[in-house]
Amino acid sequence: MKFAVIVFPGSNCDADLYCAVKDELGEEAEYVWHAEEDLSGFDAILLPGGFSYGDYLRSGSIARFSSIMKEVKKAAEEGKPVLGICNGFQILLEAGLLPGAMKVNEGLKFSCRHSELIVLNNQTMFSTAYEKEEKISIPIAHGEGNYYCDEETLKELKAGERIVFTYGDNPNGSIEDIAGIVNEKGNVLGMMPHPERAVDAILGSADGLKLFQSIVKNWRETYVTAS
Amino acid sequence: MSLLLEPSPEQIREEQLYRQMGITENEFSMIENILGRTPNYTETGIFSVMWSEHCSYKNSKPVLKKFPVTGEKVLQGPGEGAGIVDIGDGQAVVFKIESHNHPSAIEPYQGAATGVGGIIRDVFSMGARPIALLNSLRFGELGSKKVNYLFEEVVAGIAGYGNCIGIPTVGGEIQFDPSYEGNPLVNAMCVGLINHEDIKKGQAKGIGNTVMYAGAKTGRDGIHGATFASEELNDQSDEKRPAVQVGDPFMEKLLLEACLEAIQCDALVGIQDMGAAGLTSSAAEMASKGGSGIAMNLDLVPQRETGMTPYEMMLSESQERMLLIIEKGREEEIERIFAKYELEAKAIGTVTDDKLLHVTHKGETAAVIPVDALAEDAPVYHKTSKVPVYFTEFQDMALEKPVVNDLQETLKELLAQPTIASKEWVYSQYDHMVQTNTVVAPGSDAAVLRIRGTKKALAMTTDCNSRYLYLDPETGGRIAVAEAARNIVCSGGTPLAITDCLNFGSPENPEIFWQLEKAAEGMIAACLALNAPVIGGNVSLYNETNGTAIYPTPVIGMVGLIEDTSYITTQHFKENGDLIYLIGSAKPEFGGSELQKLINGDISGKAPELDLGIEKERMEELSKAIRKGLVASAHDLAEGGLAVALAECTFGTEGMGASVTLQGEAVTELFSETQSRYLVSVSREKKEAFEAEVQAVQIGEVTGNGRLLVTGDDKKHWIDAQVSELKEIWKGAIPCLLKSKA
Repeated sequence: MKFAVIVFPGSNCDADLYCAVKDELGEEAEYVWHAEEDLSGFDAILLPGGFSYGDYLRSGSIARFSSIMKEVKKAAEEGKPVLGICNGFQILLEAGLLPGAMKVNEGLKFSCRHSELIVLNNQTMFSTAYEKEEKISIPIAHGEGNYYCDEETLKELKAGERIVFTYGDNPNGSIEDIAGIVNEKGNVLGMMPHPERAVDAILGSADGLKLFQSIVKNWRETYVTAS
Repeated sequence: MSLLLEPSPEQIREEQLYRQMGITENEFSMIENILGRTPNYTETGIFSVMWSEHCSYKNSKPVLKKFPVTGEKVLQGPGEGAGIVDIGDGQAVVFKIESHNHPSAIEPYQGAATGVGGIIRDVFSMGARPIALLNSLRFGELGSKKVNYLFEEVVAGIAGYGNCIGIPTVGGEIQFDPSYEGNPLVNAMCVGLINHEDIKKGQAKGIGNTVMYAGAKTGRDGIHGATFASEELNDQSDEKRPAVQVGDPFMEKLLLEACLEAIQCDALVGIQDMGAAGLTSSAAEMASKGGSGIAMNLDLVPQRETGMTPYEMMLSESQERMLLIIEKGREEEIERIFAKYELEAKAIGTVTDDKLLHVTHKGETAAVIPVDALAEDAPVYHKTSKVPVYFTEFQDMALEKPVVNDLQETLKELLAQPTIASKEWVYSQYDHMVQTNTVVAPGSDAAVLRIRGTKKALAMTTDCNSRYLYLDPETGGRIAVAEAARNIVCSGGTPLAITDCLNFGSPENPEIFWQLEKAAEGMIAACLALNAPVIGGNVSLYNETNGTAIYPTPVIGMVGLIEDTSYITTQHFKENGDLIYLIGSAKPEFGGSELQKLINGDISGKAPELDLGIEKERMEELSKAIRKGLVASAHDLAEGGLAVALAECTFGTEGMGASVTLQGEAVTELFSETQSRYLVSVSREKKEAFEAEVQAVQIGEVTGNGRLLVTGDDKKHWIDAQVSELKEIWKGAIPCLLKSKA
């Protein structure tokens, strides 16, 4: 399976994602510069964390205009797995691929630590390797991770079981403890915590690995086994 | 100031305008001799920054040259952007520490942020990818509005820059003491990793080669920053705020990636960042080191503002700029690399053979100065030193043990002292995990980063207990280096080298200069004994406010090599039933201790003694035991002594406790700060093997009952406390002091 790691000016978790896929997951990965215009050769798209365009104006608000984003949208429409982590999630929100918006953390400070997540929905292509309600340890590192959406959207998210991860110890004030959501089709996941930082026990947790393994397994079942 | 309004050379001379720039009368005549004429306004400015203490080390050079700077693993000592040490397998570690004290005193967010930005550039200008940041901070006592403001903004500035650029801030230290009330210290350290073949130097070589400017445009910010950094602070210092630069970490991230790409291109001959004294110092130093000259045309320099004069452009300290020397005819290759990152790399001059810095502006010559005069020939002053009266008094004082009424309450009070208390409030604001190499995060003795693709790891720390240095700079200097080494050893590493940041008061004061000399003597002795050469650093003098100097604070940044990740050890107790050992016994030493400060409100007397022979012996024993896999946890005893160390060891896993029995006098056993001591835990089955390696006394065992129990040889419970309560005090102290805004 071949993963694209999109690199925006100011992305800084691109190498971490790349290494997680290549070294820990054992799949193919390639960096794709934001000015590129073709993602057709990739099976899954990863939008890394960092500070695209320095978070100037508003996190993710400038990166969404990069030419690669048209291709990311196309990949999402085609049903390819698209995963946005941290700043990647913020970009997906700004691009309208996921609903809602990010506010500054409730505590008004950047916060970096291991965080307990609860797998609310283990039926998405990103979470089947987890047990339902499984508690996992995944690091967070963000200043604007306070997820917000209006009541109607929240209702939809709940009804569609689109809330994939919630915080066990809400670190930022996110509505309903939301840590990660998927789109209606279930192939676009945005999450603030960093699963790519939890793929090796020496770094404190390997709980994030199952997320990537879920993607590979579900992709194989759909595209490889079926064909 | 427009060009037309600039004073003429005659005016500069007659009205002694150079004095406002920090040039003395004597220095001005030296300049006239060098040039054979009176300098113009731009030239006077150039000399003033290049001959400032910050750039020339004119007052500290006689001290600095005594430091041991070589070693079999040292690939690059002081003199370049950062020092480099070999770590085998064709790899090397690059690191340096630098101060940004004065800017942080008057504009804490930007001062701290640009301190971080500057040290990162020093490391990647060597060709290395920066992998970690550390910082050493000093503030007045927390709780006052001013100190809380400085502390919160400095932390925010470090976080703002480091988080954005994506380099983990993995460690450091913070000390709070009234001596830093008006003059906080912000020392930033950056560590990078490099393959030997990628090492680059800041040299302008190859006559006819092109001088290229890359990165942010030049603005009017930071003019005379280096001069400002070389004078004392006073009530009017706030007016110097325009001398503080403004940082743009996003720009630096782009510059970093572009430069690392450019370094892979063999058209690049030399590279240096534009730090203090900006365009002036980078050009003059590169030419001087390359044995060449540089001719540049300021009209070609990318400018952020209109109507800038040569004086302003040469002295601007605008951030995120680099100067590159490129093989003639291959400029386009470099331009293309920078263009990918939407950055401009622009040819602004050529390397010449006349050893002159030749600056033109709008078709006219703006400055012509021999580069060596700027970079090498700054005057060197041998300041007089004098033993301070206070030192003699302290040395003559009889040993005095602070009066402790309640041992357990005292432990709680010590844990709440901000210097000892948990720094989680600080490091949780720093992204300490990005790049996914951080094996030991902030909160243990040293931070540890794995090196991908190898079994190796790097341990890194910054240390300096300036209270000891104030009482006795020579002993304190030895202790600072030794403590850093202890932290490396406890983490499973062997010290490789140090970088130091010498923060002192004004060298014009003989008593301060004496402190500098003595501290250096102590550091040198320890560096030699522990085989840790100095590969670079920075001097920050004039740390005074309205005539009061800070404690002498030579911050040690040390990096150690851990040969196998299986050696990595942390301070926290691991298993119920493990045995607890104490290495080294306590003497009644309280001078400069946290206990003395707590009980007496001030420090006095003698600093604790340090025997470098014992220090080295214990390090070697412990290190060997760790490498043999005999040690479950290791922690050095520091501020607050054994009692505080014991408590800290239980703060890892919830439910951990300890039960120990101590022989001797309670206050000394619990709180003395006798040096070269460690607290170690060992699993039962390794008892004999450990005891065969290390001279240590078993004092008790790790328990699973969440209680810290210390029993004296009088059978009394000196301490019997719930670990959860102690931990809450320790964790809550700093947030609590910040909330109680006066």
